[in-house]
Amino acid sequence: MTFIAKPKIVHKGLSRNALGLTIRDYEGGMSTLCAGCGHDSVTSAIVQAFFELDIPPNQVAKLSGIGCSSKTPAYFLDASHGFNAVHGRMPSIATGASAANRKLYLIGVSGDGDSLSIGLGQFSHALRRNLDMLYIIENNGVYGLTKGQFSASADVGTKAKKGEVNEQQPIDPVQMAMAQGGTFVARSFSGDKDQLVPMIKAGIRHKGFGLIDVLSPCVTFNDHEDSTKSYAYTRRFFHPAVHADFVPPAEEIRTAYDDGEAMPVEMHDGSRIVLRKVSDQYNVHNRGAALDFIRSHHRRGEIITGLLYIDEAEPDMHGISRTPDAPLAQVPFEELCPGSQAMAGLQERFR
Amino acid sequence: MKPTKTEDTEYFHQVVDCQWGCPAHTDVPEYIRLIALGRFSDAYMLNRGSNVFPGILGRVCDRPCEPVCRRGRVEDKPVAICRLKRVAADNRGDIRSRLPVAPKQKNGKRIALVGAGCASLTVVNDLMPLGYECVIYEALDKTGGLMRTNIPAFRLPASVLDEEIDYIVDMGADLRLNTPVNSMRELLDEGYDAVFVGSGAPKGKNLNIPGRNDSDRIHVGIQWLESVAFGHTESIGKKVLIIGVGNTAMDCCRTSLRLGADDVKVMARKPRGFFKASDWELEDAEEERVEIVVNHSPREFVLRDGKLVGMMFDLMDYDIDDNGRIVDSRVTGEKFFPCDDVVLAIGQDNAFPWIERDLGIEFDRWEVPVVDPVTFESTLSGVFFGGDAAFGPKNIIWAVEHGHQAAISIDKYCRASPLTERLPRGVNLQSAKMGIHEWSYSNDFDPSARRIMPHVDLKRRFKKLDIEVELGFTAEQVITEVERCLNCDIQTVFTDNLCIECDACIDICPVDCLTIAPNADEVTLKQNLKAPVLEPTQPFFVSGPLKHTARVMVKDENLCVHCGLCAERCPTAAWDMQKSTLNIPYALDESAEDMARCQRKAG
Ligand SMILES: Cc1cc2nc3c(=O)[nH]c(=O)nc-3n(C[C@H](O)[C@H](O)[C@H](O)COP(=O)(O)OP(=O)(O)OC[C@H]3O[C@@H](n4cnc5c(N)ncnc54)[C@H](O)[C@@H]3O)c2cc1C
Ligand SMILES: Cc1ncc(C[n+]2csc(CCOP(=O)(O)OP(=O)(O)O)c2C)c(N)n1
Ligand code: SF4
Ligand code: SF4
Ligand code: SF4
Ligand SMILES: [Mg+2]
Repeated sequence: MTFIAKPKIVHKGLSRNALGLTIRDYEGGMSTLCAGCGHDSVTSAIVQAFFELDIPPNQVAKLSGIGCSSKTPAYFLDASHGFNAVHGRMPSIATGASAANRKLYLIGVSGDGDSLSIGLGQFSHALRRNLDMLYIIENNGVYGLTKGQFSASADVGTKAKKGEVNEQQPIDPVQMAMAQGGTFVARSFSGDKDQLVPMIKAGIRHKGFGLIDVLSPCVTFNDHEDSTKSYAYTRRFFHPAVHADFVPPAEEIRTAYDDGEAMPVEMHDGSRIVLRKVSDQYNVHNRGAALDFIRSHHRRGEIITGLLYIDEAEPDMHGISRTPDAPLAQVPFEELCPGSQAMAGLQERFR
Repeated sequence: MKPTKTEDTEYFHQVVDCQWGCPAHTDVPEYIRLIALGRFSDAYMLNRGSNVFPGILGRVCDRPCEPVCRRGRVEDKPVAICRLKRVAADNRGDIRSRLPVAPKQKNGKRIALVGAGCASLTVVNDLMPLGYECVIYEALDKTGGLMRTNIPAFRLPASVLDEEIDYIVDMGADLRLNTPVNSMRELLDEGYDAVFVGSGAPKGKNLNIPGRNDSDRIHVGIQWLESVAFGHTESIGKKVLIIGVGNTAMDCCRTSLRLGADDVKVMARKPRGFFKASDWELEDAEEERVEIVVNHSPREFVLRDGKLVGMMFDLMDYDIDDNGRIVDSRVTGEKFFPCDDVVLAIGQDNAFPWIERDLGIEFDRWEVPVVDPVTFESTLSGVFFGGDAAFGPKNIIWAVEHGHQAAISIDKYCRASPLTERLPRGVNLQSAKMGIHEWSYSNDFDPSARRIMPHVDLKRRFKKLDIEVELGFTAEQVITEVERCLNCDIQTVFTDNLCIECDACIDICPVDCLTIAPNADEVTLKQNLKAPVLEPTQPFFVSGPLKHTARVMVKDENLCVHCGLCAERCPTAAWDMQKSTLNIPYALDESAEDMARCQRKAG
């Protein structure tokens, strides 16, 4: 952390987006995380993505659980709505928020502890519901906030700062989401904004549950030599398999791609993601093959990154539940709450 | 790109825009911090070390530092550097015990100085402590040169001049007032060890158009100001036209108002933006309701019955290209302006009627002597020039810098040491870190706007000629203004092998001046920055290859506000904030170095 807040200086090199806002208008409060924490970089990637998407901050709800990672929504988009849930319970709150106002952009920030230990069940069900939100796991292999105990994502053989070795199998949120039918599954690295920012943009635009597992080193408790989640290790072993370029609606695809290599995916709002395979063995269309690829590389200690799977066709929670288009928050009270007589009638039907 | 050589003094020096822009390289951020601490005497002495006349310059300096001040690039207005200098001068304690002193034991060398203006006085200031005997010849009965005769007392009170000039003369200089040098040959014959010419550029330019010589109500600006300063001229007509729109014109129009004029117009040939006068001088004149009339070129003086009644002007129209340059002009009509007096303020020329042309001192075709820009020696060895006399009219702070350099040369000349073997400038770096997030300077950015100088009210200020208009900053203004300084001398120093490429510094930088990118040629690298390069002349830093990816850390110094956040955020202290101190050699240092060298040779 720093002891003074980042001063707001509107300098001449600062650009404005379609709403006339600068990127500084998408920032939040002063971070209290350790200097060099990967989570702060993810925060800054989120700020950039929302700025570039021209999304008005007041149309966003930020949600999180407990952990250093879960503190970060306080550090971006300070003109947005937000809810800091109890440990591991953010998906329930997000479900409620989405049910009440489906027009809001929901962004959840969680940690490997928050999502894969105490919150694993909640996480699984959010996936199952295909809740329309972007769900970011800032994955550092430890419980940072409680001083660096191994989390459920710690690899076998990785060492803690004091030397103990983890011997339990890790839970990989990406493999879990692939296996469970996730509709947008991605992995990235806090230290690679070129990859991360377009991925966040695509995740925000995706209709349904967008999962990004972001390797985000804990510089204080898990950045030592025998850690598999350090800056050095991640830089050495991460392998981008697919690159995703985000192209907003009404904009032409300008970058020149080689034939067969590029695959544009149309999003529900007309924007597109152009996927580019980096590794030729990777099969983006085939859930099973993709999963095998990730698994086999993981066994060799390699970390496959990129937008690894996307399916825009699956209905999200609102589609499945056939809820009305208008956000419930905008339905007039009389309609939303038809009164005790109607309630009694309804109950009568089930007697 | 190759890694930037920050060991090279010039890199960090250039980052301190004000100090780089100041001809005498005054350590501005340090004196501002001293003022912030209430250490006014220390701030004064620090100033005096480089610019010799802090009280004078704190009022009337041309301030080349302010237009280049970084603050002016980050927001609208630069730090009020000049006004803060005055704060140090006005609030200093008795500093006389801290002034340089001349040794009782002289070194046996005698120097003649022509003119008692700021250039000569600086030479005396630097040479007296080394044991030189300095003889100053001054044509007038007062010291100070144009500072006294031309800069009006309502901008620069005589008491301020006297005090700072006395500091120098009181070291024991042999000041000979009312003693013009009428022949350089005779002066050389007196056997001085060296001669310094600081006689200024004393000739006001004339305007040779019809009617010029037919009236005594047409005055040449600098002569007229001088006669006002000496009390020979005490009044002027009601309607006055000032020709020209430089700083002299500003002093002429404001002086006219104080001598009884009530309708003063400054006549400019060109449009606004092409004026020579500084913005602040224009502002001050316009505040006093002087009208500035643009696009009027003087054609003739109009006299009726032998009496000046006005002037006829050509109306001008200009074509200006995209770069803001005038490419064509034409006359579109004419206009008459009635007036009682005209003051010509269209520039100054050098004039050396007293220097014989067969002495070996060469002059160019504009009557400007040929002077070496480093040593200030003329083509006759042992004769040095400085101030307006050297390269034509400039300003006080340039004259001071010339004086410093000439003093070094004179000292070397007298000791038969080569004039061009001069000490290089050095830079010292010292970490400003005091604790985890504690720095030895106020690193938080203060968004306050520039404070506005309070003035004596419009009615009162015209009552007498010498009422100083600017009142000086109030204590509250000082407190705010010092915090506007961005401490550009507290440098961001990068150690590449410590960086773990976590991006923390990149994310936190409030002005986006840092980037980690694959190394490339300059053009490519500059295209891949987080924020565009807006000022290509600003220093640009490229690190060596970083440990993990071999990419490089790049910094565009242009907008860095020296907030230290990059260093606070860096987990490995790869960035550190370090105070840079520039070591500028003066005659005293050069002299000591030369002596040491001699001793080494002898030993
Ligand atoms: C109207 C006006 C306003 C100005 N305002 C400013 C301002 O606000 N800020 C600023 O920085 N600069 C200003 N300047 C410029 C500044 O005054 C000069 O650049 C500066 O004074 C030059 O100093 P100098 O020592 O070279 O010469 P001068 O100040 O000209 O001093 C030369 C001295 O030499 C004497 N002398 C000349 N010939 C002889 C001789 N043969 N024998 C003996 N003595 C001789 C003269 O009498 C004079 O005293 C202004 C100039 C003018 C004309
Ligand atoms: C119900 C409950 N159990 C345990 C805790 C203690 N606790 C706080 S944060 C945390 C783990 C956070 O780990 P992670 O989500 O990975 O966040 P990180 O700090 O690593 O970013 C735990 C166990 C708690 N706050 N509440
Ligand atoms: S403890 Fe680890 S995860 Fe938490 S802020 Fe510090 S570096 Fe980041
Ligand atoms: S000190 Fe560091 S963080 Fe602050 S503006 Fe300069 S480079 Fe950016
Ligand atoms: S904060 Fe330090 S370690 Fe991190 S990228 Fe910047 S210089 Fe490198
Ligand atoms: Mg964690």
